[in-house]
Amino acid sequence: MTDHTMKAFDTDLQDLSRMVAEMGGLAEKQVADAVDALAKRDTTLAQRVTAADANIDALQREIEEKSVLTIARRQPMAVDLREVVGALRLANDLERIGDLAKNIAKRVIALNGEFPPPKLIRGVDHMSDLLLGQLKTVLDAYARRDITKAMAVWRGDEEIDAVCTSVFRELLTYMMEDPRNITFCIHLLFCAKNIERMGDHATNIAETVHYIIEGRPIADQRPKGDTTSFSALRAAGDK
Amino acid sequence: MSVTPIVTTPTVIHAVVDTEGLAEKISIRNLDFFYGDHRALKNINVPLYQGKVTAFIGPSGCGKSTLLRVLNRMYDLYPNQRASGHVTLDNQDILSPRQDLNLLRAKVGMVFQKPTPFPMTIYENIAFGIRLYEKLAQSELDDRVRHALDRAALWNEVKDKLGANGLSLSGGQQQRLCIARTVAVRPEVILFDEPCSALDPISTAKIEELIDELKDDYTIAIVTHNMQQAARVSDFTAFMYLGEMIEFGDTTRIFTNPNDRRTQDYITGRFG
Repeated sequence: MTDHTMKAFDTDLQDLSRMVAEMGGLAEKQVADAVDALAKRDTTLAQRVTAADANIDALQREIEEKSVLTIARRQPMAVDLREVVGALRLANDLERIGDLAKNIAKRVIALNGEFPPPKLIRGVDHMSDLLLGQLKTVLDAYARRDITKAMAVWRGDEEIDAVCTSVFRELLTYMMEDPRNITFCIHLLFCAKNIERMGDHATNIAETVHYIIEGRPIADQRPKGDTTSFSALRAAGDK
Repeated sequence: MSVTPIVTTPTVIHAVVDTEGLAEKISIRNLDFFYGDHRALKNINVPLYQGKVTAFIGPSGCGKSTLLRVLNRMYDLYPNQRASGHVTLDNQDILSPRQDLNLLRAKVGMVFQKPTPFPMTIYENIAFGIRLYEKLAQSELDDRVRHALDRAALWNEVKDKLGANGLSLSGGQQQRLCIARTVAVRPEVILFDEPCSALDPISTAKIEELIDELKDDYTIAIVTHNMQQAARVSDFTAFMYLGEMIEFGDTTRIFTNPNDRRTQDYITGRFG
């Protein structure tokens, strides 16, 4: 795109974009570390994740300040306006992703090195792999302003939702199998739900990227596969 | 007045505009304008919708003011200037040589960049124009003057000094006096040619507020270099460049997501 007549305006927008990318990188690392800590029940790593969340929050505040200042100073229009509004929205979603990662880390700390059978965690592991893929792609889509990648993420969330539903059912059966699994499985359930939520934020980011590029929201209805809210497991003997 | 009625299909527009409930008060079709040999407007097609504000934006020399000057045939005052094509007001061609110019200018009022009050009293500034078109009893004339000053949000500031010279007012007040003078002859269309470029922010806000109020009763066209002003006051925006109409559409869309690259470059401040 051509440069602005006012060079400082270009710098402002580039700074914003860079800050969002940096925040994205941080959030991505937090998620990776949190699920890693969960997989290995690594309390030290979990504590590091909990502490590092403050950096993400600080970046969000910086992005907000910079956006407000840019709006006040430059009165951005059209694509520039969408860039600034987009940065605000992205910072919000990334901050929430950071919070959810922190929540997973806190649960790891609460489990305090418990080592239940490894099969319990396989489903959640799979979910986090999917999520990390989604996050990487959507941040890439933002960095390159790539609408195809953004749309792929937007459609891809359905898979995370579906896995979440199956993990939910699977964990229920483990709990019924052996009540000693309950504490761990409840924590895992919340972790699964957190990952599912992060997936939703990744699709929000995809929507924002689409808006920045195209200037209009995505018209279709997003495919959804999370049915945990309506799922029930019948006890033996129920009809 | 004997002019040929022209009834045609809606004016060609450059982007999808939801025209439901909109009536074209002025339709400009295939308009060319020449200053001597220089073609200043090139095949312009654009509607002005009844009761709406249409903003014309574009870099200096792109033909915005020229276009406005065509709408009340102001160019007729100068030699070697001519327009071709069709400009209809309520389906009547105003470019026709048979068009009564005084009547046209009573219907299509204009407010200029610099306030231009007559060197006479505030009262006379308003009454002068009314007397040109109508014979009114003194009390009726008083009412009309008051009403016009009221509409221009100036009454409260000048009601105790109607006999003072119009030139003694501040710049912002003078501009509102000119708007009152325009409103007094009951036009149907008001053309604003950069009405706020010589005013401070408070006077500007007052004029913008006024434009917002006036649009219920009038069809308004405004030329402005202030993009934010166009975004604030207008319902439709037309972007012109080098004598051409590049893009016309809903103001909301033009300022958030324009179709044409040149429009985008201009409104985002990227024009080289």
